[in-house]
Amino acid sequence: MTTKSEPITKNLSTKELIQTNKSKKSLKKLFEKIIPAILFLFAVVTVLTTLAILYTLITEAVHFFQRVSFTEFFTSTNLKPLSQNPSFGILPLLSGTLLSTVIAMIVAGPIGLMAAIYLSEYASDRIRKWLKPMLEVLAGIPTIVYGFFAFTFVTPLLRSIWPEIEATNILSPGIVMGIMIIPMVASLSEDAMTSVPKSMREGAYALGATRLETAMKVVIPAAISGIVASFVLAISRAIGETMIVTIASGSTKNFSLDITESMQTMTAYIVEVSSGDAAAGTTIYYSIYAVALTLFAMTFLMNLLARKIARRFREEY
Amino acid sequence: MKYIDHSQVKKKINSRLRLNSFLKYIFLGATLFGLVVLVILLARVISQGLSWIDWNFLTGHLSMDPEKAGIMGAVLGTFWLMLVVIFFTLILGMGAAIYLELYAKKNRFHSFIQTNIANLAGVPSIVYGILGLTVFVRFMDLGSNILAGGLTLSLLVLPIVIVSSQEALRSVPQAMGEASYGLGASKWQTIQNIILPAALPSILTGSILALSRAIGETAPLVVLGIPALLIPFPGGIMDRFTALPMQIYYWTLDASLVAEYANLAAASIIILLLMLFVLNSAAILIRNKFQHRF
Amino acid sequence: MAVKSPLYAVPKMETKGPELKPMNDTIFETNSLNLWYGETQALKNVDLPIPEKSISAIIGPSGCGKSTFLKTLNRMVELIPSVQTTGEIKYKDTNILSKDYSAEALRTEVGMVFQKPNPFPKSIYDNIAYGPRIHGIKKKSILDEIVEKSLRDAYIWDEVKDRLKENAFGLSGGQQQRLCIARCLAIEPEVILMDEPTSALDPISTTKVEELVQTLKEDYSIVIVTHNMQQAARISDQTAFFLNGEVVEFGQTEKLFTKPSDQRTEDYINGRFG
Ligand SMILES: Nc1ncnc2c1ncn2[C@@H]1O[C@H](COP(=O)(O)OP(=O)(O)OP(=O)(O)O)[C@@H](O)[C@H]1O
Ligand SMILES: [Mg+2]
Repeated sequence: MTTKSEPITKNLSTKELIQTNKSKKSLKKLFEKIIPAILFLFAVVTVLTTLAILYTLITEAVHFFQRVSFTEFFTSTNLKPLSQNPSFGILPLLSGTLLSTVIAMIVAGPIGLMAAIYLSEYASDRIRKWLKPMLEVLAGIPTIVYGFFAFTFVTPLLRSIWPEIEATNILSPGIVMGIMIIPMVASLSEDAMTSVPKSMREGAYALGATRLETAMKVVIPAAISGIVASFVLAISRAIGETMIVTIASGSTKNFSLDITESMQTMTAYIVEVSSGDAAAGTTIYYSIYAVALTLFAMTFLMNLLARKIARRFREEY
Repeated sequence: MKYIDHSQVKKKINSRLRLNSFLKYIFLGATLFGLVVLVILLARVISQGLSWIDWNFLTGHLSMDPEKAGIMGAVLGTFWLMLVVIFFTLILGMGAAIYLELYAKKNRFHSFIQTNIANLAGVPSIVYGILGLTVFVRFMDLGSNILAGGLTLSLLVLPIVIVSSQEALRSVPQAMGEASYGLGASKWQTIQNIILPAALPSILTGSILALSRAIGETAPLVVLGIPALLIPFPGGIMDRFTALPMQIYYWTLDASLVAEYANLAAASIIILLLMLFVLNSAAILIRNKFQHRF
Repeated sequence: MAVKSPLYAVPKMETKGPELKPMNDTIFETNSLNLWYGETQALKNVDLPIPEKSISAIIGPSGCGKSTFLKTLNRMVELIPSVQTTGEIKYKDTNILSKDYSAEALRTEVGMVFQKPNPFPKSIYDNIAYGPRIHGIKKKSILDEIVEKSLRDAYIWDEVKDRLKENAFGLSGGQQQRLCIARCLAIEPEVILMDEPTSALDPISTTKVEELVQTLKEDYSIVIVTHNMQQAARISDQTAFFLNGEVVEFGQTEKLFTKPSDQRTEDYINGRFG
């Protein structure tokens, strides 16, 4: 660039600069306004999702309840959707869901809590740094894999010990589901226990308490609401779990509490009906919406409860 | 007056300490229990499925004959799903997170959205399946294609992506943004040039973890009616498809008819777990690489 | 039984003059006690006799190892994984640092009160009963008596007797601290270690705790860490001055504050550093 040409280009570019700047500025202003509006719409997608879930479940369930009475649905122990004289009672599904959840919690509750005690009260930092991610691997395995494991490994194993167990039964998926939610109980309970102030532990140790006595009589009582919240979340998770029970607990729709029997959960029923060829508009087609609405309401209430309890816990410390 | 006999206390302390160390090992055992099951599960799956993985299995079409069956179609289907999910969740998740963290006033509407996101994260995946079936498959008449499956899975993991992206944005030091404002940069310029790049590694880590949750999901796909038929390999998002978890599901169900199907299911599980392993390793690598930046 | 301190046991007869007041038998005695947190040494060759049934104050600038020293006396330092100790601490003639001496047993005889009141999130009653319960006392009537006696001894009974079932978090800071002292008294220790027990309290509560501490020395040996030199001068019988993990000077409180024998002590008590 020569010195002579400089003024000319400079003049030109200044003009240009101002001009482009002007157009840029208005463009920029527009941009600054439009962007948050677009981002806002993205955030609203989550609200729309909830509304869509509620809308679809409710409108389709309404169709169902126009044909099947509320009382039948919630009190009948008969679920025979394909029979000549069909009946649609949800109780058999509730009993399946309840049983599998109880079995899962019998496994995951104590084991998860004990693991939490170990991790928060006994393990050194180094050991904890190794163990926690490994437990998380357990939580990251897809449920379909657990279903396969329950069906092809745990059930045969149980049957070799206890021959009365049917080829599909509620016990095996219940146990495997419990194993799957151990990490959830363990890590949420551990969080609650580690957030108990260290000074409280010191107070107990200074009185001559052992680690066990400190954990049982000081830390756990102090963290109890956080621990309960983790259990409630785990229960909600177990209620909504689908693939393990679909694969391993069969599709018998009996109102029963016999853990050796094949039994269907709410989730497994939805899978069975929706992957069968129930034509849209039939009562059986609408029934999955009624079941799904019940499932949604149950898990929603559990999650709400868990969050309430956990919030109270956080206020305590 | 003495209530506590210290010589008695001393005598008892040894048994208390023994109980303490006994239970310590019980607690350790409980912690290891899950890991032992994990090892058994992996050993079982590998011993059953590894020998079935060969070139034909990886590249072949589905077949009724276990010896000839391949999972190429299912793997491709899962890859397509991943593309759709990463596209929608990154845009929607990151956008919503930016809005909620950096633009939204912290008023009641904001806390309503936050609560709503927390609730969505707890909705069982099968309910998302029903939503997808009703809205995408039936109402929008997409059929059981990749787009319908991908959109359903995107909605399913969107809450996770939003929450982790929000955390990522929150962890960017305030000073970085203020420095940019100080130079006269506008809000969007600051976000675009300063805050987002700083938060991107964490956002990616969270999104990849969410993605790995999505590709393992089976229940919503079953409800959407994804088949395991002998269909051609998918070539675009409007094609019908099958996915790895679906393949595992059907083979497991049919194992009572043809025993070899259980082995095929195990072999597919190995492939699925490998994909998850790669995704998670990538997430951890990104996290470790950028962890100490600020 | 108790070892006589080589330094201060000699003038056991009554004589006039503050520096010649007799010292009681020692209950604790440390010999070449060293302590490391990982690489950093926090205690260096500490040789300190602690007389029984009296109040020993520990003073020194921040970070000089006062709390660390206190926590070695009931082996609370062991809760920090990186800690290593050498030397010995004799409690009633037994080396408590030896492996087969159980820390839990030691802590039933050597109680501790912390800087910040740390009641358990339980009722007032259960806070006091916690210690006796873990040590095997189950009978309600005995527990009731222990709770009442401990609360009385800690001069808080009148304030809480009507609300024993209420959560201890509802008490004021000063009440909480006296509750923690009562909790410590409930296991009937011989020694009470106190780490800046009044630093989180208001002046009135501080006075109450100070008065309480002085009545307690009739029955207990008390070691108290304090940042407040007036407090040390007011309530203690002997004082140790720590600096950088070492004991610079230990002796009768009156003497140490009026005629310190070490220049560094003099500088410190006159506020020239720390
Ligand atoms: N848990 C720990 N890990 C590592 N170093 C520590 C730990 N606790 C204390 N220290 C170090 O040991 C030294 C003595 O600490 P200590 O707490 O005993 O001091 P202090 O005299 O009680 O101080 P203050 O008056 O502030 O309470 C300090 O240098 C401190 O940094
Ligand atoms: Mg201190």
